[in-house]
Amino acid sequence: MAEKATTPPILQGPTAKEKKYDRQLRLWAASGQAALENAKVLFLNSNSGVVGVETLKNLILPGVGSFTIVDETKVSELDLGVNFFLEESSLGRWRAEETCKFLQELNPEVKINALRESIDAFADDPNRLEQYSLVLLIGPTRNARVLERICQHADKSSIPLFYIHCQGFFSQFSLQLPAQFPIVDTHPDPASTQDLRLLNPWPELLELLEKKTGNLGSLSDHDHGHVPYVLILLHFLNVWKASHDGQAPANYSEKKQFKALVESGARTNNSEGGEENFDEAAAAVLKSLNTPSISSGLREVFESDDCQNLKSTSANFWVIANGIQKFHTSHNGILPLPGALPDMKAQSSDYIQLQNIYKAKARSDLAAVTQTIRSSEQEVGRKSSIEQAEIEAFCKGAQFVKLIHGRPIRVAKCSAEIDWSDRAKALSQEIQDPDSLLPIYFAFLALDRYQDDIDRIQKLRKPTDDQQFNDIMAGRVVSGAVPPLPTFAESAHFSTPAVDPEHDPKPWPRFDIPEARETFDNVVKELDRADWGELHNIAALTGGMVAQEVIKVITKQYVPVNNTCVLDGIASKTAVFKI
Amino acid sequence: MVEISAYSNTIGQEVDELSRTYLDNLLNKPGPASDPDWVPGPETIGALESSKVLVIGAGGLGCEILKNLALSGFKDIHVIDMDTIDVSNLNRQFLFREADVGKFKAEVAAAFVEKRVKGVKIIPYNGKIQDKDEEYYMQFKMVICGLDSIEARRWINATLVDMVDMEDPESLKPLIDGGTEGFKGQARVILPTMNSCIECQLDMHAPRAAVPLCTLATIPRQPSHCIEWAHIIAWEEHRKDEVLDTDDPEHITWLYQKALARAQEFNIPGVTYSLTQGVVKNIIPAIASTNAIIAASCCNEAFKIATSCNPFLQNYMMYSGDEGVYTYTFETERKEDCPVCGNLARTLTVNPDMTLQDFIDSLGERAEAQLKKPTLRSEEKSLYSQFPQSLRQQTAPNLTKKLSELVVDGEEIGVSDPAFTIAFKYKLIFSS
Ligand SMILES: [Zn+2]
Repeated sequence: MAEKATTPPILQGPTAKEKKYDRQLRLWAASGQAALENAKVLFLNSNSGVVGVETLKNLILPGVGSFTIVDETKVSELDLGVNFFLEESSLGRWRAEETCKFLQELNPEVKINALRESIDAFADDPNRLEQYSLVLLIGPTRNARVLERICQHADKSSIPLFYIHCQGFFSQFSLQLPAQFPIVDTHPDPASTQDLRLLNPWPELLELLEKKTGNLGSLSDHDHGHVPYVLILLHFLNVWKASHDGQAPANYSEKKQFKALVESGARTNNSEGGEENFDEAAAAVLKSLNTPSISSGLREVFESDDCQNLKSTSANFWVIANGIQKFHTSHNGILPLPGALPDMKAQSSDYIQLQNIYKAKARSDLAAVTQTIRSSEQEVGRKSSIEQAEIEAFCKGAQFVKLIHGRPIRVAKCSAEIDWSDRAKALSQEIQDPDSLLPIYFAFLALDRYQDDIDRIQKLRKPTDDQQFNDIMAGRVVSGAVPPLPTFAESAHFSTPAVDPEHDPKPWPRFDIPEARETFDNVVKELDRADWGELHNIAALTGGMVAQEVIKVITKQYVPVNNTCVLDGIASKTAVFKI
Repeated sequence: MVEISAYSNTIGQEVDELSRTYLDNLLNKPGPASDPDWVPGPETIGALESSKVLVIGAGGLGCEILKNLALSGFKDIHVIDMDTIDVSNLNRQFLFREADVGKFKAEVAAAFVEKRVKGVKIIPYNGKIQDKDEEYYMQFKMVICGLDSIEARRWINATLVDMVDMEDPESLKPLIDGGTEGFKGQARVILPTMNSCIECQLDMHAPRAAVPLCTLATIPRQPSHCIEWAHIIAWEEHRKDEVLDTDDPEHITWLYQKALARAQEFNIPGVTYSLTQGVVKNIIPAIASTNAIIAASCCNEAFKIATSCNPFLQNYMMYSGDEGVYTYTFETERKEDCPVCGNLARTLTVNPDMTLQDFIDSLGERAEAQLKKPTLRSEEKSLYSQFPQSLRQQTAPNLTKKLSELVVDGEEIGVSDPAFTIAFKYKLIFSS
């Protein structure tokens, strides 16, 4: 191969932005980045809120578009010891404005606003949430009403909301997503995504098969050692079927026999004592010969009402899902071909030819789905048609789409029990496990309820007698009228709705074994040890976790937590619960 | 007074002077999980503030680690990094600004945190960990690593294991190590000689399999094959007198164009500038949030070790955020045949007809070894030596000999590599 030594012209390289964001664009691509840049995040701070500030840092750096920080407090000495985005000169100034200033230094391209007002304003006025794409709310809020109202407003406007607690060595966050939150680009593990459709080959593929393996026995050693493994498998499938009533190997033992058949086809009279392409073929038998089936996630999508009954207002997701379901039904249970071909030992030209056959089939399947979608669009009277690229992305990842059903955040009030609805049974079973991290979630609920109770008492205060009030509070604490948190938690019950109408709601969680009760008590004691304070490490760790989840929610890529996550910084463990 | 401070946030009451930080809350009283013999209060706080710690790496993890340590009560911090700041660092290495591009990471990071957090002293060293000797490492209470290089990890691990003197408990330096890739990462706590070390765990982080040279040379199929061809073969053919600098845009552009031309020749789609960079520099995706998770995990363990206020990680936590949040916390086992902390030779079954060269190549692919330029000795003699040149010339003829001509069945051989301070011991058993 003769090459002339020419100096290549200077290329139009990556833009400044592509350079700066290179390491993240490799994860969520330009489409994910665009979604981040268009997002508007509302941060409603209560308490020291370092967990929220650290979350913001992790979102400002990758270029999320804009932020609004709402915080009514002034910077204290305590803040300086735990919050990195403040400095000594910030003492006594508005915390919203000071954190805003230091966070802004991280990335001049993002917009950050500071509002020095109480988050209560967002509870009172539902319209104020509407301009934001996502809400971060730090708990405990002043009282349960504020939390409840903000969650309701977010739910009504379908704005994702994170409710976050962080104290001492523990933290917890709950994610309230819209009732339906579909994700197409879930980034499944490439190894698990191969659909080579070997059990349903099409004419073009069979034509290549005939050309390349028609007389496998008489191929030269070189050619024989370079037959792509996809064709080797197809060839031996035909051999197998000829002696098995036209059926492909179905169960594990048949697949093992089939694998031996494939292996027996390799030539061993060479220096390596075998052939790499046959090794690849044998290794692929178990995962490549599965009868077509669809994942439980996709089945749920297909079976849902929104997929079955399209309307002119249906979201694109459902219109495409409907089109793919029709394809699936009319093609004997196969999905549109994703079209990707794994690398395999082969001559370059053979591989490229095979790759093109897979791509062409994927394109024709896409065209069939698109046609179905176009007629549905007309049928239901949709005004605009869905872009081809969106349909294509769905076809490629159909097997791995996820539909998450958002669930409301549970609000702990001092005056009422929590309605656990359909989760009551599962959660009360889980809490009996002394190794479960669920008690951390309940301890934070107890904290919320405790705060709500404090607020109730505080409302008795008259503006003129602060000192007197504080004395009263101190007296109550000492006398046990407002017990310290552990005592409070002990008496706090979270009831299930009455399952048996003859009985009253039962106090809950009930601990059937003392070890489970002890786990809960220990969490509460450790929380109390921190005395309402955040540890920077736990806040930073949780801020990282929340930021990952926010990115997944905004980009609609990867799969976010469903729906509550707890961190135990003593055991260095996390757990996720559906609440 | 202690209870009332619980209401300080809500009531707006002044906080007791004694409790100036939230940290003090925890360090002034025991918790349900703290050791019964643990003494809370000034003694513990003093021990924390006087703990001298070393941070290796001032990149994505390092920036976070420095911030976290400073806000966790550590006051005497050293940091080592040989790198300078690149524009692609700015999406996560939050102590750096555009104006800092080109400056030393360790220096800029240390100065920033020192200025922001009152009372913290951070001493930077702009250089390699290998520049420093045991005496230097001996001054620290513990070492926290935020590195992206396996080689550097293995070096510091071997050094810290070597330093342990059974007579002197102070010589045992806990090593806390973090690593990330995309939405995933891990944090681990290593007590040299006491539990599983980085070398023991090496096979959990196996390198990606290399593409065979003949594929690159004759039958490329993937865009990455064309890029590797440009990287390994074309550069050597056309510009072998120049050292390839993967940070030089002209070099990357040249490789990209060579790769693109080759891809067109074979009708292979998908060669881009960005992919060229990714393959040539072996770029691992990195984001701020994962760094935050892993760095804070490491510092949380460091804090628990320095204060004993709660038990620390035994000894490995992996985190994955690809699908929901998933962590796996477990104890990895020490290996008796670990070349760093174990004593036994590792048994290796080999084909006696294999040549020494093939054997050396296979060592490079073994997850637990990953050696690049090994030197091999049998009990009797030098089998192959990379350095000095004279010995290399003398031993080179052995490369084409069969193993059976060089060693006997069951013989132990020693393998060393200039990149590491370790010697591997293998006991070779001939397959029949
Ligand atoms: Zn070891």
